[in-house]
Amino acid sequence: MSSSNRSEIVELDVRTDEMLVNMGPQHPSTHGVLRLVLRTDGEIVSEATPHIGYLHRCAEKIGENLTPRQFVPYTDRMDCLAAMNMNLGWSLTVEKLLDYDLPEKVRHTRVIIAELNRIASHLVGMGTYGLDLGTFSPFLYAFREREKVLDLLEWVCGARLTYSYITPGGVTADLPSDWIGKCKAFLDQFEPQIPDYHTLLTTNAIFIKRTTGIGVLSAEMAIDYGCSGPVLRGSGVDHDLRRDGEPRYTSLYEGYDFEVIVQKDDSYLRDQDYPAVPDEAVLGDCWHRFYVRMLEVIQAIKLIRQGMDFYEKADGDWGKPIKLNAKLPPGEAYLETECPRGQMGFYIVSDGGESIPRRVRARSSCFSNLSVVEPLCRNCLIADIPAMVGSLDIVMGEIDR
Amino acid sequence: MGEYFAGWFPADWEFLGYTLAALVQAILLIHVIALGAFVFIWAERKVSGRIQDRLGPTRTGGKFGWLQSLADGIKLLSKEDLMPKDADPILFKLAPYVSLAASFTAFVAVPFAAGWVALPLNIGLFFVIAILGLEVFGVILAGYSSGSKWSLFGAMRQAAQVVSYEVPLGMCVVVPVMICGTMDLVAIGEQQRGWFTNWLIFHDPFIFIIFWVYFACAVASVNRAPFDLAEAESELVAGFLTEYSGMRWSLFFMAEYGSMILVSLLASILFFGGWNGPIPIFTGLIDWFPDYLGNSWVFTTFANLVGVVNILLKASIGVIIMMWVRWTFPRLRVDQVITMCLKYCVPIAAVCLLGVMFWTALGIGFLNDLVPSQPRAMVRESWVEEGQRREAKRFDSLQTPSTDSAKGEVE
Repeated sequence: MSSSNRSEIVELDVRTDEMLVNMGPQHPSTHGVLRLVLRTDGEIVSEATPHIGYLHRCAEKIGENLTPRQFVPYTDRMDCLAAMNMNLGWSLTVEKLLDYDLPEKVRHTRVIIAELNRIASHLVGMGTYGLDLGTFSPFLYAFREREKVLDLLEWVCGARLTYSYITPGGVTADLPSDWIGKCKAFLDQFEPQIPDYHTLLTTNAIFIKRTTGIGVLSAEMAIDYGCSGPVLRGSGVDHDLRRDGEPRYTSLYEGYDFEVIVQKDDSYLRDQDYPAVPDEAVLGDCWHRFYVRMLEVIQAIKLIRQGMDFYEKADGDWGKPIKLNAKLPPGEAYLETECPRGQMGFYIVSDGGESIPRRVRARSSCFSNLSVVEPLCRNCLIADIPAMVGSLDIVMGEIDR
Repeated sequence: MGEYFAGWFPADWEFLGYTLAALVQAILLIHVIALGAFVFIWAERKVSGRIQDRLGPTRTGGKFGWLQSLADGIKLLSKEDLMPKDADPILFKLAPYVSLAASFTAFVAVPFAAGWVALPLNIGLFFVIAILGLEVFGVILAGYSSGSKWSLFGAMRQAAQVVSYEVPLGMCVVVPVMICGTMDLVAIGEQQRGWFTNWLIFHDPFIFIIFWVYFACAVASVNRAPFDLAEAESELVAGFLTEYSGMRWSLFFMAEYGSMILVSLLASILFFGGWNGPIPIFTGLIDWFPDYLGNSWVFTTFANLVGVVNILLKASIGVIIMMWVRWTFPRLRVDQVITMCLKYCVPIAAVCLLGVMFWTALGIGFLNDLVPSQPRAMVRESWVEEGQRREAKRFDSLQTPSTDSAKGEVE
């Protein structure tokens, strides 16, 4: 036996075995049916490979067999936690193809509804992130408030999860007469409760220990991987489609005063009112992604309050939907909107003369956000995997479509 | 009790009587603990419900859902007993019993009032801590034999965690032993008789700190949140419990609650005066009228019953604080748990141990000198005498030719 062989044998003898572990698709903290294959050496994960496709329902193909208005319920089922925002994205894309101009009143209805849904979605993101880190109570506090949002949305459209409320041409019905008052009452009750969430999670010592300094996503990397939404802004990139998007989308938010939540000069704009960034936190880590979501809730409240004032003053009708079988002009349209989870793009191609589009495609924000799992989860601990994946706040329905 | 049952049987068959007595005692003890687990599982549901702004069980058993644990138990009993194909059948089936037996056996040496203990041991504390440490074997067996990778992770975590936390836990319980000069839990409890200032937690500032270290270590060693790494739901599915279902799962669950009650009972005996209330009403009366009340069998039994209520109340507060902590904090990461043990708990416990040593050696007074009480040394002496009497009695019984060896082991 040569000496090189012997040294190899000695090395093999010392080496501990690596183990391949399947995390998911049935696992409590993979947010549905994500499957991660972990290569572990004891507690240390050297590689995590995400596998997707367990929730593929051919939504895009179905879109090629239905008229745009009939396709709206399928957009609900993509991101089921922010269905209103998905409806909005699809409706704006179809309106772009049709070159359809909206009445003033429906513009504000859409902003109110979309931002209300953003609150509900971020509450789920916050609560389930607590679950991922092993605390159960904030999850139920978040769902308690979310129920109230869902009550408001149910009053508007009759559904609690898959709304199909915002449709091409407007919305399916005007806001009920005393809805605005109820919504104001909810916001007045909800806003003072946000410090509770900060106490339970954001500033909790164990929470800070678990989330700061792990899963650090640099700004360059976030841009390279096509991340968007709170994941991108958590890395310090000042980009929000509500301000930087296409005119057709940003015109919705015209006249609104809101801030894009991003860390500038080592502090958030709202630092004076809300907990300061802990010293351990590194820009782009899990804590920042979580904190951006928490602050966006405040901005959403601000937007809804302004929207309700505008709505009450606005004139014109509430925006009747287009006809179910309205003929589509030839051409194509692509539009990205700022969903709670990031940039959600819809693409529609029409040959013209028919009411059914030739092609329908969706650009998923979570898909790009999920792609950073592989570089982030290198050489971390098993316990960090739920912390990192949870901070991306993915919805598998949107990734698989 | 043994002698009483032995009388039922003819000569040479008396060991049957002793076996019967041991069985009765074991069944009584198991039922006391099982009932404790029953109550606390219900309490956990109610406490967590209230913490989370919901009601918890409300209908089972009429009001307050007080029969919820029974309903759960029936459900678990009627569930299928599943075993994975890859599992090691013997170890898989054995593991829950190891855990449960370890958790329940420790209660043998835990006193509930002055002298009310199933097995009076002069090394009671040592026995309890040693038996409590055995519980981890069940967990390791379960994780190893399940044939699941997640279970294996849970078992390894538990092994690392419990082995680390036994060190500071041991240091913490040494402190009351050092002050009291005995490992007999009854003697330690009796030395804290009198006003609440006489409780060991008010003995000196160091032991006050030691109590919190003890509590953290106790939470960690019974595997409760935020140290519940072995079953860490969001990371390891359910850790070592992943492959268990039905009754076997509930045995682990009962063992966990048994250990929770045990460490809380231990905390109340070691730091909070055990069965002695904050104001010595009954023991005070006995001290004032030793001839009338001290000799009255009825009165001392009644005083002991009140003592049992006292210690159970103190232990319940401990358990409820553990629940409160569980439903408030996120879980620590595995490296942080070990870091906390080795970098914080061990040094703090060691420094406090030294501190208590000097404090006791120099004889400095603290809160416990506010109200004069019987000196600890005197109480200790009386319990040493009592122990010697007991030993002599046992020795005598062993010497009598008509009895066999089984008689000496069961009292």
